[in-house]
Amino acid sequence: MANPVVIMRNPAETAFIERFAAEKASLPGAAQARAEAFARFEARGLPSKRIESYHYTDVRNLMRSVAPAAKDAVAGETLKLEGFARHGFSNGRWQGGDSSAGVTVQPLADAYREGLTPGLGMGQASDVVVDLNTAFARDGVVIRIAAGRHAKLHLAFSENVGAAASILPRVIVEVGEGASLMLVATHEGTDGIAYQVNEVVELRLGRQAKVEHIRLNLSGDKAMVLSSVAATLGEEAELQTMQVSLGGEVCRHQVFVTYQGENAKAAIRGATMLKGNQHHDSTLVVDHAVPHGESRELFRTVVDGSAHGVFQGKIIVRPHAQKTDGQMASNALLLSDDAGMSNKPELEIFADDVVCAHGATCGSLDENQLFYLQARGLPRRIAEALLVEAFLGEVIDTVSEESLREMLAGLVSDWMQARAIS
Amino acid sequence: MLEINNLHVEIDGKKILNGLNLHVKRGEVAAIMGPNGSGKSTLSYVIAGKEDYTVTEGEILLDGVNILEMEPHERAHAGLFLAFQYPLEIPGVATMTFLKAALNAQAKSRGEDELSPGEFMKKVREAAGKLGINPDMLKRPLNVGFSGGEKKRMEILQMALLEPKMAILDETDSGLDIDALRIVAEGVNAHRDPDHAFLVITHYQRLLDHIRPDTVHVMAKGQIVRTGGPEIALELEERGYAEYLGNAA
Amino acid sequence: MPAVKETVETVRKIDVDQYKYGFVTDIESELAPKGLDEDTVRFISAKKNEPAWLLEWRLEAFRRWQTMQEPTWARVRYPEIDFQDLHYYAAPKKTPGPKSLDEVDPELLKTYEKLGIPLREREILAGVEGAKVAVDAVFDSVSVVTTFKEELAKAGVIFCAISEAVHTHPELVKQYLGTVVPTTDNFYATLNSAVFSDGSFVYIPPGVKCPMELSTYFRINEQKTGQFERTLIIADKGSYVSYLEGCTAPKRDEAQLHAAVVELVALDDAEIKYSTVQNWYPGDKDGKGGIYNFVTKRGDCRGQRSKISWTQVETGSAITWKYPSCILRGEGSSGEFYSIAISNGYQQVDSGTKMIHLGKNTTSKILAKGIAAGRSDNTYRGQVTAHRKATGARNFTNCDSLLIGDLCGAHTIPYIESKNSSAVFEHEATTSKIAEDQLFYCMQRGLDEEEAVALIVNGFVKEVLQQLPMEFAVEAQKLIAVSLEGSVG
Repeated sequence: MANPVVIMRNPAETAFIERFAAEKASLPGAAQARAEAFARFEARGLPSKRIESYHYTDVRNLMRSVAPAAKDAVAGETLKLEGFARHGFSNGRWQGGDSSAGVTVQPLADAYREGLTPGLGMGQASDVVVDLNTAFARDGVVIRIAAGRHAKLHLAFSENVGAAASILPRVIVEVGEGASLMLVATHEGTDGIAYQVNEVVELRLGRQAKVEHIRLNLSGDKAMVLSSVAATLGEEAELQTMQVSLGGEVCRHQVFVTYQGENAKAAIRGATMLKGNQHHDSTLVVDHAVPHGESRELFRTVVDGSAHGVFQGKIIVRPHAQKTDGQMASNALLLSDDAGMSNKPELEIFADDVVCAHGATCGSLDENQLFYLQARGLPRRIAEALLVEAFLGEVIDTVSEESLREMLAGLVSDWMQARAIS
Repeated sequence: MLEINNLHVEIDGKKILNGLNLHVKRGEVAAIMGPNGSGKSTLSYVIAGKEDYTVTEGEILLDGVNILEMEPHERAHAGLFLAFQYPLEIPGVATMTFLKAALNAQAKSRGEDELSPGEFMKKVREAAGKLGINPDMLKRPLNVGFSGGEKKRMEILQMALLEPKMAILDETDSGLDIDALRIVAEGVNAHRDPDHAFLVITHYQRLLDHIRPDTVHVMAKGQIVRTGGPEIALELEERGYAEYLGNAA
Repeated sequence: MPAVKETVETVRKIDVDQYKYGFVTDIESELAPKGLDEDTVRFISAKKNEPAWLLEWRLEAFRRWQTMQEPTWARVRYPEIDFQDLHYYAAPKKTPGPKSLDEVDPELLKTYEKLGIPLREREILAGVEGAKVAVDAVFDSVSVVTTFKEELAKAGVIFCAISEAVHTHPELVKQYLGTVVPTTDNFYATLNSAVFSDGSFVYIPPGVKCPMELSTYFRINEQKTGQFERTLIIADKGSYVSYLEGCTAPKRDEAQLHAAVVELVALDDAEIKYSTVQNWYPGDKDGKGGIYNFVTKRGDCRGQRSKISWTQVETGSAITWKYPSCILRGEGSSGEFYSIAISNGYQQVDSGTKMIHLGKNTTSKILAKGIAAGRSDNTYRGQVTAHRKATGARNFTNCDSLLIGDLCGAHTIPYIESKNSSAVFEHEATTSKIAEDQLFYCMQRGLDEEEAVALIVNGFVKEVLQQLPMEFAVEAQKLIAVSLEGSVG
């Protein structure tokens, strides 16, 4: 009855295998980590919907081919942020940037050659998309914040491609004891071209380190964007990570957080706006491996057109990770009849002295509220915009920097305005 | 009745009680007054047997028996009752169900028969009536959504039903308006007799206007620093606790 | 030592093996030879003297099953089942289809008495005030007796063994069998379709409120026997029925397979309330033996404003794999799922529900309470889906888990999928332990730890218990208390 499983490779899987064979010798450093990561990919293939954590985003089915590595290009015009040391990236390649006290920035290749090992940010998690990045990444930077220092960095990624191309950058950030970092990564890309991004950001927070990380997804409207944040938290470290997502055609944003020291805190948030045929998947794995951790997750998704949103959040509490406090919420608003949303908030708990909860809601805008606003003279579209801005505002308002908050709120209202016109 | 000798108590390595001595005689109503942080609530929790506290020295005798090795419910069966400063909410457990469970446990420990449902209902209704507790409230989950005053009255109701020989009232007056305070005090006074003793813990004198104590103890920094008659309460009302904050050992 | 920790220690010391229904009935049985092939299917069908269409239906399922693989997505682990090492048919020998109670083997009647299920109608009438419950008793593969048949017939209600209904009401069986859980549905349901032996059949005619609770009592007795019963309940327009199901099995060192299928059909304005108290043998304290409970239960709200409500109290089985579901097809139909799942020892529970909203203005409610103790794993898995046409669909889900001890696991895996913007779904879940201060408070009032834990746990599950019919609720509460005595705290 049990049929032997025949491994059928899809063209993309075959292309990755050929590419690794061809490039292996020329990939800079980290040879062992690359080989191990690639072996895992070879054994498992691209994740399909049969894999529980890819239930709603069948990467194997969505990715039929592998685009060639993106060529060097002149970085396009990108967002400027006041008060941040700016580092430009063109198709994943670091173009240099402003120097700031207590901060060292090194090309990824150099750090690998010096012996830096990628993947530590993943903790006990394992993920084939991250493995592919580990195997192939040449571009990116390693950023180190010295103990006790404070920095504000803007990583401005320009995805400027003329034809289908793949971009696989990796950013590894080591934040020293007691240091604090505000890290804003903006990703802006060319519309109309089916390029592929597989980006990994590793955040390693030392004891009492504080990081506020914001990823802004403004990738091109035909792009497939796989982005991963892999963070480890030292004792009493505090992490905030948020993605504000508008771009891309098929996107999956993954956040892996592993608690390594006690009394650490993490807040993971997302504000996602989807329209047309966009598909966006936010997947979290929050691993409380030690006692006294606190995690807060808040994801808000607004879905228009025939787009589809996905939220999968898993809180793991390992045996002995007592006194864990985890609260997770995902809320979605569906603005059109064809919009869809899938929520899968999970709790996986092996310790008894914990307080964990999750909530998920999905629905349309409240008609009573809309009516009230309309009765006060607001056109329906404006009333809707007001409610949607308030809905996403609960996520965006947690950004500590006022100018950034205003910029993000502006993107929301532009998005709603564009909707009103179309 | 209650005899506490040289009681030393720590929590997480921090000393709260420093050789406290206290005697409450059968039929006596004793009051403990003291400033915030003097260890009053710790004392009530330690007597009732809360786990978080470590007794490093001393003894607590109830009718001559050391109760320190006893479980909280065993202390209750021995006749000890603590009216909590912050009564707990127990979702999903109807107050009636809870009262019945408590009374039955007590009966069982004494080798007595359980009350019949009729007797039980009658007993609870009567006691509730005296305290102005609406019978509908007894159907609701215990203390869930009750006001501060309702919670405190519910504590006194439980005391009335369990008829402890030694009752400790921990800041029972906090959060009560004057009417609720009077009802609570009447509930206590109704049980004053030569066989029952009370230990009333309070920060303010006003509760003692309604429950006249025989003895007043002043507590500061984990010790009883002064003992006297009801006049002490009035004196404290006038002068405050300032003099006890500086010179206590 | 904090009170909760002490409770946990106490639990650990107490033998979990307190299963009181673990006796074996010594009765002569007729067994099919071990193994499964087309001949086994033909053997079962021939035993029941089935019409050709039903044999063909079984054989089709069997052929399908041979191409299928066991599902692996649930959070349960067990050694591979050798499907050729099982008996697929076992029946008490003396009484093939007794006509009256007098013909039933006295050993069997004794068994049910021991289980607290009186089968003699006059005893029921004598023993219970007011409430009458009609019982269909299923022993291993066959229905041994159904009580109150005549009185039910007066109301037009059909309540009998499904093997009997095949002969007495073939048109109804043919019309509805396999229409809710198709023969192709899943590995275990397909297996059941091929080899099901017996089970209950219920038909409530239009406009009839069934005059009493209907109940099936399942008992696995024989060794190395799979039990595959099949239940079909049809509530015609405007009718109402409340149906109860109870289960026990003897203690055996080897795991036993139970793969049942339950199909419910509710037509316009009909309501079916289906309650289960599942107390299959959970295995011993080392995790040896016990029932593998792989069950497919599904209700189809086919008619407008129809309603199906599932209530389950799951305390037994070594492994539970069970998702009583509702297909909300009829406009304005509603589905409910109320569940208490207690796991202890080495038990593994992966259970929950599916609410599939297809029709307009359909509503569903899920209330699931999981309690994990010992070294058990307790997973809630639920799916709520609104299809494109399910305008105005509503779901509210609440699942709470309570952990007792630090060697067990409690998991919550909901799938919430909406493809309609006017659908409103709300989901809440919490996981916690019994609060130390609640325990202390109860103990201060004189309850010992076990009593205090039992009291608080009963409060925790109360909302679900309230959904059970009165007589059953009392039984369920006792069952939980028994589990708590030794198993939970």
